[in-house]
Amino acid sequence: MQWNSVSEFFAMGGYAFYVWGSFGSTALMVVAEVLLLRSQRKELLKHLRNELLSERASL
Amino acid sequence: MNKRVIHWFKFASPQNFYVLAGRMWPWFAILATLLTVIGLWIAFFVAPTDAQQGEGYRIIFVHVPASQMSMFIYLVMAAWAGFGLAFNTRLSGMMASALAPTGALFAFLSLVTGSLWGKPMWGTWWVWDARLTSELILLFLYLGFLALQASIDDPRRADKACAVLALVGVVNVPIIYFSVKWWNTLHQGASVSLTKSPTMASTMLWGMLIMVLACWMYAITIALLRVRNIILDRERHTEWVKHAVE
Repeated sequence: MQWNSVSEFFAMGGYAFYVWGSFGSTALMVVAEVLLLRSQRKELLKHLRNELLSERASL
Repeated sequence: MNKRVIHWFKFASPQNFYVLAGRMWPWFAILATLLTVIGLWIAFFVAPTDAQQGEGYRIIFVHVPASQMSMFIYLVMAAWAGFGLAFNTRLSGMMASALAPTGALFAFLSLVTGSLWGKPMWGTWWVWDARLTSELILLFLYLGFLALQASIDDPRRADKACAVLALVGVVNVPIIYFSVKWWNTLHQGASVSLTKSPTMASTMLWGMLIMVLACWMYAITIALLRVRNIILDRERHTEWVKHAVE
């Protein structure tokens, strides 16, 4: 391992902004996509259930 | 004599594929998580400092996976779209639309991480060289696909129009891949190719390959999850969906 301390690790040899910016933006987008899909599914299920209920009520 | 033939076309029905995708995605999610942990460990704690770029080169561990994903997803998306056009199977169009947003995401990340790499190494966030420009066009192709899909109300007609767009856009993928050979670009040539031995330390290479694999597993997980949503939405008036949501 090439790191002598935690602060050295976070400094990334002076490239902290670029390295952490790259990994950070990737992590952010991945988390956002997963959360978006989950909320999409919840909305969809809610919508479909409501549709079904109103359909049954009108029979 | 193989009596246990798998009936693949059984899964071409959205109903069956919905169930299959629901069973498959957790496995791909587990693999994606494991590979990401191992890949990041190698990327930050095993791979040595680069002689020329110091620690800045570590951007490679997200940049290369994101870039190759953006191209591969496009090819897979176009293949599904083309299959749908040829055989008129409903699921194909759904798979293509399930892949498009994730492909766009990776194309965007490829440009962002590339920019963050270019600034310290080349001294600029952006240049209009062949590699960067063709990758930008790839992002626009994805966005065009999504916009076209959204603008046509009938999903089956939308699939057909999008399939044509996707297939025409395929020509851009080899242009991206070979751009560093065909033109004089600021972007470096390939570090890994099928014909030569790689020009990088083996731990760097392994870290990169594992991150690439992690991205594959992630993309498969997301595509399966998204296609489940699309199937539910499009088949909403069928009896099985009514049963499924109860």
